[in-house]
Parts: sequence; structure tokens; C-alpha cells
Amino acid sequence: MGKPGKEQMIEFYRQMLRIRRTEEKLMEVFSAGEILGFLHVSIGQEAAPVGVCAHLRDDDYIGTTHRGHGYAIAKGIDLKRAMAELFGRRDGYCMGRSGSMHLADLSKGIMGANGIVGGGIPIVTGAGFAAKYKGTDQVAVATFGDGATNQGTFHESLNLAAVLNLPVIYLCENNGWAEFSPRPVHAKIENLADRAASYGMPGIIVPNDVLEIYKACGEAVERARKGGGPTLIEVKCDRWYGHYVGDAQKYRGKEKVEEAMAKDCIKEFEARLTKEKILKAADIEKIEADIAAELAEALEFARRCPYPGPEEMAVGLYV
Amino acid sequence: MKDIRYIFAIKEAMEEEMERDERVFLIGEDVGLAGGSFGASRDLFKKFGPRRVVDTPISEAGLTSMAAGAASCGLRPIVEIMFMDFVTCAMDSIVNQIAKMRYMFGNQYTMPIVVRMPEGAGLNAGPQHSQCLEAWFAHVPGLKVVMAANPYDVKGLLKSAIRDDNPVIFIENKTLHAMKGQVPEGPDHLIPLGRADVKRQGSDVTVVAVSRLVNEALRAAADLEKDGVSVEVIDLMTVQPWDKEAVFNSVGKTHRLVIAHEAVKSFGIGAEVAATVAEEILDELDAPIVRVGAPFVPIHYSLEKAYVPGAEDVKKAVRATLQRA
Ligand SMILES: Cc1ncc(C[n+]2csc(CCOP(=O)(O)OP(=O)(O)O)c2C)c(N)n1
Repeated sequence: MGKPGKEQMIEFYRQMLRIRRTEEKLMEVFSAGEILGFLHVSIGQEAAPVGVCAHLRDDDYIGTTHRGHGYAIAKGIDLKRAMAELFGRRDGYCMGRSGSMHLADLSKGIMGANGIVGGGIPIVTGAGFAAKYKGTDQVAVATFGDGATNQGTFHESLNLAAVLNLPVIYLCENNGWAEFSPRPVHAKIENLADRAASYGMPGIIVPNDVLEIYKACGEAVERARKGGGPTLIEVKCDRWYGHYVGDAQKYRGKEKVEEAMAKDCIKEFEARLTKEKILKAADIEKIEADIAAELAEALEFARRCPYPGPEEMAVGLYV
Repeated sequence: MKDIRYIFAIKEAMEEEMERDERVFLIGEDVGLAGGSFGASRDLFKKFGPRRVVDTPISEAGLTSMAAGAASCGLRPIVEIMFMDFVTCAMDSIVNQIAKMRYMFGNQYTMPIVVRMPEGAGLNAGPQHSQCLEAWFAHVPGLKVVMAANPYDVKGLLKSAIRDDNPVIFIENKTLHAMKGQVPEGPDHLIPLGRADVKRQGSDVTVVAVSRLVNEALRAAADLEKDGVSVEVIDLMTVQPWDKEAVFNSVGKTHRLVIAHEAVKSFGIGAEVAATVAEEILDELDAPIVRVGAPFVPIHYSLEKAYVPGAEDVKKAVRATLQRA
């Protein structure tokens, strides 16, 4: 695996910005009441989805969480149909049945977001099992938060993947919070990657930097593809907003929130690319304009789609 | 036809389906080298190897969801849960994930997974190794629930369950494992899911039963015949979705209904069948419906015989319906 070239770095930037702008737009329409239920955004955590998905093919698998828009976008979900799903419309990926917490597009290997903390980890492990069973070189990536690493499913999955030698990358975004409680409430150890050792797999810690994540994930994906088994990667990141949109983060304090916002993985990468003359102001403008146009189109599509009718409620419950 | 044991019929079903379809594999604790805790997969490991007969750590939640992930990627797993009681560790996998994955993701794929588990009393194994929890699963939209009462049925139903594209909870009764019975030879023996079987024709009372209680009901019916009572025994076989038509037809003929299962009576399958009959064909009934089931306490280690319902309870129930106007 080589270092990313200029074109690829620009693509990283574009994808991170695409995730950011999409979620900002989602916050806006959610606050306006156009989206039902809960909305969990990953603003501040855009580096990991882009860093890992850069290594994945369409036939590789990824399973995400309640905070999973970023991964779905980076793995190539169609924004129009994703938006339609969030709007609860019939043409959404899940026929408007599921909303933000269950985005899935199996044709792109997006196995689905999960509303059960830790629920997706063994399912993705099963995708890795299927790849090995079929003798392909596909890999599967399970993403989750630090809170999820305290669920039994996390421990069972890592142990299963290790003993069965499955091509799975366990990607933990450690943003230090699980809902309203900080890490010390959940785990005595600071570095969750330390847990990898007890299952007999590499545990790697990386900062919230797309290039570092790209590098660590590249090694893990390559190892998995070659039959070298699973890896646990922990990304040290921070979430800007509350657990869900509308959470005022009173438990966290304004200062801490500002501190988190000051460390922006996109701005830092932008500064670096600008300094290295890979990105010019005009390029950024163009990227922003393209994303804005794409989002406008996706929103237009979602708003235009009909809602499913009550008669469609049980369609396909059983095959 | 040949005479084989129930547990062997299970093995044959799995073996034939694994031979027929490369995507079918078996996964669970001790299913491989050891041949399964009850011997259901004996010799399958030798024949198919560790790729297709997969021994796992003791991780019911992990391995069940893992199988679900594999199913959504095109494989057809059979999961063995050692005792049905242990499925509680995998409730998230089954209730929140497997039952909903297809629906929740807009029918993008199918979920062909069979979760096999032995239930019930018979080993004096106490409160955590003897439960009958089928009503829990029958209550969850998206699952099918199948219970076979003899070797003939278990083979045909299990083969159909493995070929079904829906998730199927396949429940075996431990006391049936050793039961011998006639089973057709060759790989084509299939019994369709969703259909009940009239195990015995009768005209006075209908007994709807599942699993072990089917055999108890047949014993009861044979006894009652000596007293001039003609009992029709219907084996639901598939509990979800259950064959309403078969039950309604029979009640339309006998006008009396008893429902019998080993699980606790409260909130059970009997309640569902009784409520549906009362809701939809009340006028057909000449007497109140009577349910047979276990008392509402955890199963007792040493009082197992007193706890589990059997032929005598079915007889009592049938007599009770006949005494009512
Ligand atoms: C089994 C389960 N328990 C509790 C919840 C409620 N819940 C939703 S998100 C969350 C916190 C998750 O924290 P973490 O895994 O660190 O992810 P993050 O939100 O930080 O991305 C909790 C407790 C749930 N959805 N599922």
C-alpha cells in the first residue's frame, strides 16, 4: 500500500466535507421537523469513515451504528435514496421503514446501521465469516463507539473472529462519550485498543487524522485480505455535538465543547493541503459548490417522494 | 421407509441439505468434533470438515448474529443452540436483528437462517435447562416457528426450514430425540411449513397440539376411543404462521376444542389459538375451550413428572369439554 497521491488526498478532503455538509443539512431539516425520530450526527469524526473506506471495494462490507451516516456516505451510498429514507419516504433504501438508524445498501456492501449498541459487531463478523467461507478476498469492517466495547457482543465477536481467523477490521471511534457519560464511567482503561491483546489480535491507536487512519486501516485491510485475521483499531476522536441533535450537552460544559470544535479534522487537513499547495482556494470553492448542488438535488428528491401507504406496512415481511 | 430415531432424522436432514447446497453450514457450540450435545451432528464434522461444521466458543449472542451476518451475505446457516434456555443470551440477535433485518432494510436481501434448539423436560435438568419458550418467538413478526413431533415430521420440516428464505426457529423436544419412527429414504422428503397435519380423525372433540403433546394427545385419543369418545388430533407443526384453516375446519366438525402444549399455559400458543377461535368462529363452539399446559412456575427439578402435562391431562381436558353443554 503506497502513500496517497495528490488526487486521492483531494478526494479524502472532498469526502470528509461531503459528510460534514450532509450532516449539517440534516441537522437543519431535522430541526425544522422534516425528519422523524432521532438524529445522531458524527460531525468532528469524519476522518475515520473516509480513511477506512478508501481501502474498501464495493464488495467489501461495512456495518455501522446509530452514528453511521459518515460510513454510509464514504462507502458510496446514493445520497438521494439515503435522504429519502431519512425523510421516511417510499423510495428510501429501506422503503421508509427505518430512518436514520438503519441505512443500508447491500449492493455497496453497506450492511446496515444498527440501533442496538454493539448489535452490528457480530453481524459484520458474520460477513467476514461468509467471505472466508466463500474463499474470496473480501473484508468486513465493523464500526462502533467506545461505549459499545463494553457490550458482550464486542467481546464475543473479537474472540470469534480471532479463533476463526476472520477478515474483519474492528474500528472503534473513541469519542470519549457514551450518551451522557464519559469514558471513566464505562471503562477503567483509557486505551480500548489494549483489549485486542486479550483476544490475540493487533490493537492499534490512531489520532483523528485521515492520513494516519488511512495508513493504519490499509495495513489491517491488507492483512485481512491475505488471511492474516482481524485487527482492532481505535481512533481517538471527539464529537462536537451532543449525543443526538437537540442534546445541549449540559453534562459536558461549554468550554469542553469549544475545545473539541477547535480540533477539526477537516480544517486541519485543509490547512495541510493548502500549505502543500495541493488545494487552492478555488478548488475548495468548487468542491463546496458541487456538494451543495448534490445535496440540493438529494433533498429535492426526498421531498418529492411519496410516503409509503399503510397497505404497504407488511409487504415482504415473509418471503 | 426405514425406522430411525428422531435425532438421526435431524442429522439426515442437515446432511442431505448440506450435500445439496454448498451454502448450508452448521454452527454452534460442540457441533463439530463432538457431534453436538445431543448427537444431532454426529459424523458431520468428519464428512464436511471445520469449514462447514463450525465449532465456536460459548458465545450465543455472537455466534447467532454472526450467522445472521453470513445469511445476509448469501449463506444459509443452521445455528444449534445447545439448550433452548441459552437462547435468552441471543435474544438481541434473534428478536432485534434476525427477525427484522430484512424488513428493516427494505427487503434488500433474504434471511435464510435456521436456529435449532431442544426444549422441554425429561432430563431432570432443572429450571434453566428445561424451558419451552416458543411463545416468545411466535410473538415476534418476521420469525417462523416450527415444532416437530416425530422422526418423519422432523426430517421433512427441517429440510423445508433450511430451504426457507425466512428465519426459522426450529424447536425440538428433548424427550423426542430417542423416539423411533418411519422416515422415507432419499433426499426428497419435504413437509411444507405453515400447514398443520391431522394426525388422527375424530368427530367429538378437536385437540390442537404441538411437539411432544401431539404424541400425548394421540395416546389420550386411543384411550378415549375405548370409552366411545372420538378425538381429532391436529398437529400444528408450524406454530408461526399457524394453519388457522385446518383448526377451523376441525372445530367446525367437532364443535369442541382443547389445545395442548408443554410450555406454561399462561400467555401461550393455546391462548392465541383459543382467542382466534373465539374471535372468529365462536358460534361453532358447543362448549368452552380448554387449554392444557404446564403450571405457571419454573420447572421443578425433582417434581418434573408432576409438572409436565401429558396424556392424562389431555384426557381430563377432553372430558371437561364434553361435560359442558
Ligand atoms: C443495547 C442498547 N443499550 C442502550 C442503548 C442506548 N444508547 C444509544 S447510543 C448509546 C451510547 C453509545 O455510545 P458509543 O458506543 O460510545 O457511541 P457514540 O454515541 O459515542 O458514537 C446508548 C447507551 C442502545 N441503543 N442499545
